[in-house]
Amino acid sequence: MSKIDQANKEAVERMMKSRPVWVDIGRARDVIPGIKDNLFLHAGPPITWERMSGPLKGAIMGGLIYEGKAKNAEEAEKLASSGEIEFAPCHHYNSVGPMAGVITPSQMVFIIEDKEWGGYTYSNMNEGYGKVLRYGAFDDEVLKRLRWLDEVYAPVIKEAVHLAGGMDIKSIIAQALHMGDDGHNRNRATTSLFIRTIAPFVAETEWGRKTEYDAPRLDLSNVNEYFKGGKATAAAEVLAFMHSNDLTSLNAIMAACKSMALAAHGVENSTLVTTMARNGTDFGIRVSSTGDKWFTAPANVPDGLYFSGFKASDANPDIGDSVITETVGIGGFAMAAAPAIVNFIGGKPADAFDATNEMYEITVAENNNFNIPAMDFRGTPTGIDIRKVVEKNIVPRINTGIAHKEAGIGQVGAGIVKPPMEMFVEALKELAK
Amino acid sequence: MNNLFDSELKVINMGLEGFAETLKERGTKVIHVRWQPPAMGDEDILSLLDKLK
Repeated sequence: MSKIDQANKEAVERMMKSRPVWVDIGRARDVIPGIKDNLFLHAGPPITWERMSGPLKGAIMGGLIYEGKAKNAEEAEKLASSGEIEFAPCHHYNSVGPMAGVITPSQMVFIIEDKEWGGYTYSNMNEGYGKVLRYGAFDDEVLKRLRWLDEVYAPVIKEAVHLAGGMDIKSIIAQALHMGDDGHNRNRATTSLFIRTIAPFVAETEWGRKTEYDAPRLDLSNVNEYFKGGKATAAAEVLAFMHSNDLTSLNAIMAACKSMALAAHGVENSTLVTTMARNGTDFGIRVSSTGDKWFTAPANVPDGLYFSGFKASDANPDIGDSVITETVGIGGFAMAAAPAIVNFIGGKPADAFDATNEMYEITVAENNNFNIPAMDFRGTPTGIDIRKVVEKNIVPRINTGIAHKEAGIGQVGAGIVKPPMEMFVEALKELAK
Repeated sequence: MNNLFDSELKVINMGLEGFAETLKERGTKVIHVRWQPPAMGDEDILSLLDKLK
């Protein structure tokens, strides 16, 4: 076995051995090392304000208003372009965020601990569907929901996870792949398992007796008429919100995947991809043995189905850190576990198997944690080797949501996207130096 | 050779999928094999790949 093959074996084994457990919730500035009041994290590789796409600019502007640094969009835009605010990839702070991925200093974040290798990773709370900050929307409704998430939702689940003694996220992903999820675009099973695991402890929190609190109340009557008028306990509202949002578990899963990817990073001679991320303008990757260097290329527009009233010309190029799921062998790589997803692209279940089969061509291992029942429990393709991607001219398969290209509109569809080959070639050149 | 053209045609197509599709449309049995030259035949990239074996 060559020294590169040996290094890749070590890296992928470290990735698969990682044991990410959700242990706590905390405020970004208090718990993520290096966060300061004028630092805003975003998805994807580094980018300047001037080059940011509509949804990312919108999310930054909304974040500035949420933090009380600007009163309106005009002030926020002026401040964002003034140089007073620093922007950095979530990945530089062991964090990940879906779509725009903006994490502001006072937002509450999931804290995931790697019980095997040590260290922590982070992600913010998921806001649900429709108009949300992560798609660049920041009207009053969005800001009110963010406040409720930070002041009610996050404290409730923080207390609950303490009572539970943590939640093993890897186990939830493994089970969900047996229930029709891919771990990225379809989250119904992961979220159901997430709720089922945490619900008894949510009920046990002091919020389980609290019907009044000092925070804006969310209108949850769309979940059930019972919630009209604010007579429910905060704990019941939290569970109702979780139930209304299939993406409830996604951010914790992403942070767990970041934990696995991080475990494989920094292995000398390894040619495995340990980061894939997009900021809505550029796609970027990082490789295990090339340190913190990003290899980037312009992001492509996803190919998918659009919600009623939207079309392909409305779409923003690919955006978000959620591709950390594919980086560790789930999401598009586990499509065969979630054939229902091919509806997004008008395909057939056989296409899902084709997608997973193709990913075995560019990976070095079959995952020993995550497997696919319909493929005789074969482990998902894991550990993307730059050499295989370039030699076979096959890029990783990514499932994704599609953002509107203008700030403030939100999600307009979902589908699949191909990362640009150029950045894999650039990484190969660096590795060959 | 003559026997080949008298018997039912069964084709293994490699590379360009369009050839397989045309034959399929005509009712011929075809198995398509996805294949392309390594690194799309780019000599510079092939030499880099050689270094990284």
